[in-house]
Amino acid sequence: MTEPLLRLSGLTKGYPGVVANKDVSFTIGPGEVHALLGENGAGKSTLVKTIYGLVKPDAGTMALEGQPFQPAEPRAARAAGVAMVFQHFSLFDAMNVAENIALGMENPPPQAEIAARVRSVSDQYGLPLDPDRIVGELSAGERQRVEIIRCLLQDPKLLIMDEPTSVLTPQEVEILFKTLRQLSAEGTAILYISHKLEEIRTLCDNATVLRLGQVVGECDPRQTSARDMAELMVGATLHVPEKAEKPSGNTVLALAGLSAKAPHQFGTALREINLEVRKGEVLGIGGVAGNGQDELVAALSGEMKSAKGMIRYKGDDVGQMPPNARRKIGLLAAPEERMGHAAAPDMSLTENAILTAMTRQNLTSKGFLHWGKARSFADEVIAAFDVRTPGPENAARSLSGGNLQKFVIGREIMQSPEVLVVNQPTWGVDASAAAAIRQALLDLAEKGAAVIVISQDLDELMEISDRFAALNEGRLSAPRPAQGLTVEEIGLMLGGAHDMEMAHVDA
Amino acid sequence: MIMLEKRPQPSRGWTFATPVVAVVLTMFFGGLLFAALGQDPLVTIRTIFLDPLFSEFAWFYRPQLLIKGAPLVLIAIGLSFGFRAGIWNIGAEGQYIVGAICGAAVGLAFYPIESFVIFPLMIIAGAIGGLLWAMIPGILRVRFGTNEILVSLMLVYVAEQLLASMALGALRNPDGMGFPGSRNLSQYDSAANLEIIAGSGMHWGVLTAFLAVILAYVALSRHIFGFNVRLSGQSPRAARFAGVNPGMLILSCMGISGALAGLAGLFEVAGPAGQISIDFNVGYGFTAIIVAFLGRLHPVGILLAGGLMALTYIGGEIAQSNLGLPIAAIQILQGMLLFFLLAVDVLTNYRVIWGRQVA
Repeated sequence: MTEPLLRLSGLTKGYPGVVANKDVSFTIGPGEVHALLGENGAGKSTLVKTIYGLVKPDAGTMALEGQPFQPAEPRAARAAGVAMVFQHFSLFDAMNVAENIALGMENPPPQAEIAARVRSVSDQYGLPLDPDRIVGELSAGERQRVEIIRCLLQDPKLLIMDEPTSVLTPQEVEILFKTLRQLSAEGTAILYISHKLEEIRTLCDNATVLRLGQVVGECDPRQTSARDMAELMVGATLHVPEKAEKPSGNTVLALAGLSAKAPHQFGTALREINLEVRKGEVLGIGGVAGNGQDELVAALSGEMKSAKGMIRYKGDDVGQMPPNARRKIGLLAAPEERMGHAAAPDMSLTENAILTAMTRQNLTSKGFLHWGKARSFADEVIAAFDVRTPGPENAARSLSGGNLQKFVIGREIMQSPEVLVVNQPTWGVDASAAAAIRQALLDLAEKGAAVIVISQDLDELMEISDRFAALNEGRLSAPRPAQGLTVEEIGLMLGGAHDMEMAHVDA
Repeated sequence: MIMLEKRPQPSRGWTFATPVVAVVLTMFFGGLLFAALGQDPLVTIRTIFLDPLFSEFAWFYRPQLLIKGAPLVLIAIGLSFGFRAGIWNIGAEGQYIVGAICGAAVGLAFYPIESFVIFPLMIIAGAIGGLLWAMIPGILRVRFGTNEILVSLMLVYVAEQLLASMALGALRNPDGMGFPGSRNLSQYDSAANLEIIAGSGMHWGVLTAFLAVILAYVALSRHIFGFNVRLSGQSPRAARFAGVNPGMLILSCMGISGALAGLAGLFEVAGPAGQISIDFNVGYGFTAIIVAFLGRLHPVGILLAGGLMALTYIGGEIAQSNLGLPIAAIQILQGMLLFFLLAVDVLTNYRVIWGRQVA
C-alpha cells in the first residue's frame, strides 16, 4: 500500500468532565471514501474539528502525506488541502451563490470569474447550480451544493462531510453520491460522517467506528451488515421500534382549508391544508425542508395564529389560541430547530423544562416559579430519555445535538399530550437515540395520543407512520395508509402534492 | 499566541470576579494616569475611593453617597429588565425629566394646602409621567417597528425642551420675581421628599431604590415575568414558542423602566434638587446605563455598581477641589471602569489558551 494521505496517531482530547477522543488512530488513503461512525457524543465532531484545525488535541499527532500536520486554524487546514462541509450551512440567505462563495475566500477574484468557475465546477461534477441565484430561494440540497462547490474550488486532497444527506431527497442523494464517487476516482479522499448505515454501505470503502471517544472497530462496510455496524456503534443489541396494530379512534385534530401567508421573506405560505388526525395514530408528513414544515408547526403550536375555523381540536376552534392555552388542552409541539427555538441555548435544562412545561406540569403558581418542581421534571426527562448530561443545571448549549433533541422531545412526551406535533424528531441523532425517540412516539400513540411526525427521512416515516402525507410548496397531499406505499408512489406524492391523485391513477 | 476558547457554559467564578478585577485594573491604570498628570497616584486613588467613606469629613460625604446613588440604582434597575430582554431604552433621562415635571406639577397644584395625601399623589404622578413618556417609543416599536433606541434617545431632547418651557412658563414660581424655576418643593412640607432619618441622606427615594432592588431580584429569579424577560433576551424565537407575547413584553419592560426613571425624577425634584429648573437633570439617566451594565444587569450587582459610581462622583469632586484634578480625568476613570469590565467580561464565556500548549 502506498503512503496514506492522512494518518492520525493517538489523538486525545479532553473537555472538563469528558474525554471526547481517546487515543484515536487510523489512516485514510488517497481517493479513499472513509466512513466515520458513532453515536452522538462518541467524539466524531471533535475528531473532524481536530483535523480541520478548529480544536487542538491534548496529545497525539497527525500527518498529511507523510508531513507533520498540526493546523492552528481552519485556514491552515484549508491551505494544506483539507476542506469541510458542515452539517449546518453558513450561508447568507439574501446574497447570491457567487457572493456567498466569495465571502469564504481569502482573496476573492471578481464576481464574474467566480461565477464562471462555479459553472465549470458544477458542470464537471454534475452538481447543477446557478451562481446568480439568491441563496434564500434554494432548496436544502442546492444550498449544500454551494458548500460543496465552495470546497471544490480549493482543490482539496481531503473532503470532510458531516451528515451530508440528512437534508436531501432521495434524488439529491443520488446526485451527491455520483459526485463523491467521481471525486474519489480523481484521487480526493473523503471522510464521510453519517448515521445512515445503508448509505455508508453503498458509498464507503472503509469505516472506523467510535464509541465513547475510542476506536472500537474498523470494518469494510460493503461486507458488513447495517445491523452489525449499528451494534458495533452502540455496543449493545439494537432495538428496532415495534408498532402495534390498533383500531383508529375519533378525530382529535381537524384542519380545514388551513391557509396562511408566509411569515417572512424566505418562508412558505400554507395553502388549503385539509387533514383529520385520529386518536392513537401516527401521521407521517414527508417532504423536503422549506415546503411549509416550519409554518405548519407554527400554526399548530400557536406561534402563528390562523383564521377562524381552520384548526379544530376536539371540535373547538383553537386557531386563535396562544401557545400556552393550546398546551393546557393537550396540543403540544416540538419545532425542528433545537438551539434557539425549541430550547434556549444559554439557559439551564431546568429553565428549558419550564419553557414549555410550565402550564401542564403546574410549574408556576400565581406567576411564581416552583424551581424544585421544575428541576425534578427536568430530572425525569433526563432519566427517561437517557439524556447524557451531568445534571439539569447545565446549559442547553453544553449538550450535543442528539442529546438536546432527546431532551426536547422527551420534555413534550413526558407531559402526556393528546396531540403531539414533532418536526424532524431524529435529525442529527444517532441510530440508537433515534430508535428510542421513535419508540417513544409510538408508545405515546399507543396510549391514545395522536402524533404528527414531520420528517425528511422517508425510512423513518415508513417505519412509524400509520398514514402518510406529503407537503409540497405549502400544500398537503391527501393522506394515505403508509403500509404498502411504494417508493415510486411516495416520490410522486413528494413531487407535487396537489396533483397526487392523478399521478396515483397513472402509477 | 493567545487564543480564546468558548466555555461550554459561562464560568460562575468569573461572573463574580470580573467586576472586582475591573475595579482593581481601573485603580491601577487610573493611578498611572494620575501619575502622568503629576499627582501622587496613591493619594489620588485614596481620595477618590476611600476619602468619601473614611476621611474626617466622611460624615458629610456618606449621605451624599445615598443621595447620588439612589437615582442611579432606581433607574438602572428599571433599565435592566429591558436590557435583559433586548429592548434598549436609552432615553431614561427623558423619562426622569417628565416624571419630575408631572410629580412636581401635582405638588404645585395643591400649593399651599397641607395634606398627607399630596406626596403619595406626587409619587404616583411621577411614575405615570415616566411610564407614559416611555410608552411613546414602546408603542411605536410594537405598532410600527420603529427603533426604540433612536426614538427614546430623541425624546430626551424633547423632554429637555419641555423642562425648559415648564421652568419658564407653566410651573414658574409666581413669587419668583420673574426668575426661571418653580417654587421650592423641599420647603413645602406636604410635597417635600424629606430625609427619613435626619442627616443620613436616607430620603424616600433611597428607600424606594432598595425596595426596587429586592422586588427586581424576586421578579427575575422567582417569577415567570423575569423568566420571560431573560428568555426573550437570549432566544426570541424560543420565547415566542414558550408563549411570550413579544409586544406585551416590550411594553412591560419600557413601562417598568419609564416608571422607575419617573420615580427617580420625582424624588430628586422634591428632595435634593428642590425645584423644577432649566438645568434640573444632570445625566443620571445616562449614567444609569453604565451602572446597569457594571452591575451585570443583576439587581444586587446594580446596587453595588450604583454605590461605586456614586463614590467616583463624590470622590471625583473631592479630588477636583482638594488636588486640583481636572474633571476630565475623573470621567476617564469612569470610562475605564466600563472598559475594563467589558474587557474582563470575555473571561466569563471564554477561556484563554496560551499558544505554547499546542501538542
